Amino acid sequence: MKIAVCVKQVPDTWAEKRLKPEDSTLDRESAEGVLNELDEYAVEEALRLIEAQGGEVVVVSMGPERAGETIRKALSMGADAGIHIVDDALHGSDAIATSAALAKALEGRGFDLILFGSESTDARMSVVPAMVAERLGLPQLTFAQKVEVDGSTVRIERQAEYGYDSIEASAPVVVSVVEKINEPRYPSFKGIMAAKKKPVDTLTVADLGLEPVTVGLAAAWSAVDEFAARPPKAAGTVIADDGAGGVKIADYLSQQKFI
Amino acid sequence: MSEILVLVEHSEGAVKKVTLELLTLARSLGTPSAVWLGAGADAAALAILGEYGAETIYVADSADLDDFLVAPKAEVLASLIADKAPAAVLIASTADGKEIAGRVAIKADSGVITDAVGVAADLTATQSVFGGSTVVKSKVTRGTPIITVRPNSTAPEAAPATGTRSDVAAAISDAAKSAKVTGRTVAQRGGRPDLAEAAIVVSGGRGVGGAEGFGVVEALADTLGAAVGASRAATDAGWYPHQFQVGQTGKTVSPQLYIANGISGAIQHRAGMQTSKTIVVVNKDPEAPIFELADFGVVGDLFTVVPQLTEEIGKRKA
Repeated sequence: MKIAVCVKQVPDTWAEKRLKPEDSTLDRESAEGVLNELDEYAVEEALRLIEAQGGEVVVVSMGPERAGETIRKALSMGADAGIHIVDDALHGSDAIATSAALAKALEGRGFDLILFGSESTDARMSVVPAMVAERLGLPQLTFAQKVEVDGSTVRIERQAEYGYDSIEASAPVVVSVVEKINEPRYPSFKGIMAAKKKPVDTLTVADLGLEPVTVGLAAAWSAVDEFAARPPKAAGTVIADDGAGGVKIADYLSQQKFI
Repeated sequence: MSEILVLVEHSEGAVKKVTLELLTLARSLGTPSAVWLGAGADAAALAILGEYGAETIYVADSADLDDFLVAPKAEVLASLIADKAPAAVLIASTADGKEIAGRVAIKADSGVITDAVGVAADLTATQSVFGGSTVVKSKVTRGTPIITVRPNSTAPEAAPATGTRSDVAAAISDAAKSAKVTGRTVAQRGGRPDLAEAAIVVSGGRGVGGAEGFGVVEALADTLGAAVGASRAATDAGWYPHQFQVGQTGKTVSPQLYIANGISGAIQHRAGMQTSKTIVVVNKDPEAPIFELADFGVVGDLFTVVPQLTEEIGKRKA
């Protein structure tokens, strides 16, 4: 089984994120870049699948030079090889262009499964897996809390608030996973050392066969007009419970017409 | 006036509240037309859409729309866009809604904006990003704007329109019929509103202390007709099901009222709830960062404060 895992480098979850005034894109330099948390679950799931059934895991990432660190992190967890889509022309790409670049990098390589985390913690759009499936004409098995591969049949449990839906398709398929699916491993020292020797191919926009004018900020199909920090919230009332704290909240809720 | 398509969210024949919000919003942008995909479009359901301003209701009723995941819906919606050339398409920002939007954008060669909290008459969308810390205004610059809008962004208001049914063909390609829905498993948590849609959310975190502790959170939620949420600390510990996680790696909610119980308010959690209109906090640690967001907060033990609140609401409602 050949599995691709698409990963993204994002600003550290705990860091304050901001946009750059000059072009309204995410300021990636001001915070440490980390492997998107939800993508770690996708890497883990891919590793578990090949540990059980044999195969190969290739990590694919689009991002600036330093996104290479993120690929190394996934390799240190145990993935076999990496593909890094890196090109200055890609700066500011929207989800549409990102899905085009990923689809070009993925197609024709014989992947049975293409895994994603269900969303990135920075943009949080949650649309790239569906867009890649659309572009490659593949079934989408998204928001999986469980993945089963049985020959060429792939079954997932798609998480929903009421429980889950069971969805089934034939490989090759695009899968996105939610946090519930597993507990990602920490890279071992041995894994970190081994990762340094694993192959990572780099691909440019030209290598992908895309026109530079179709990607990047200028080609985005939506544009930011303006942005501003959210105005700070006025300080509220905080009281210590004197034995009637619950009643006081009820008074507040009545006053605000919630009850 | 230009036509605005609104994709209807429905479950077992009932129209979801978010659709009424989108119809209300669409009236400020042009003439709303509702799009019903799948089974269950009976007269009562269509009447509600008309009551909230849908002039036309396009209905594509095919079992394929319900039996396969997302792709058939995107296909029918994209063909409607090609046929009707609407000024914009509004879709609810739910898991399915966003995926439909993403696929439709590519099919219709159009830009997409997700998670809008408002849309102006010139179709400029307002988004609240990075956990609500930054407000962004942006516009689709290519094709038909496809905009997904968060539940609770607009107060639904009725404004009766004709609501004329117009059946459309649901010609679905074999390629779109590749991810088959083979079953649905419903956990025993019925009766509460959807977390993302609920007007009131009552949530619990580390301070709840265990799965059984969620009983007091649920009791308060039920007196208020609210949904129940949980912080990542609580879902990771297995005290409450993961799908109810509110935060950066879970759901984003923006209810009228959010009551946080035993939640410290790490950025992970704030990212999912800080755009709530009114925030009430109960926590025994006066230093908990969640108090910075509180409109009203009580420093105290949630196991005495919350049951007292539940009882008091019960008395006042009686």
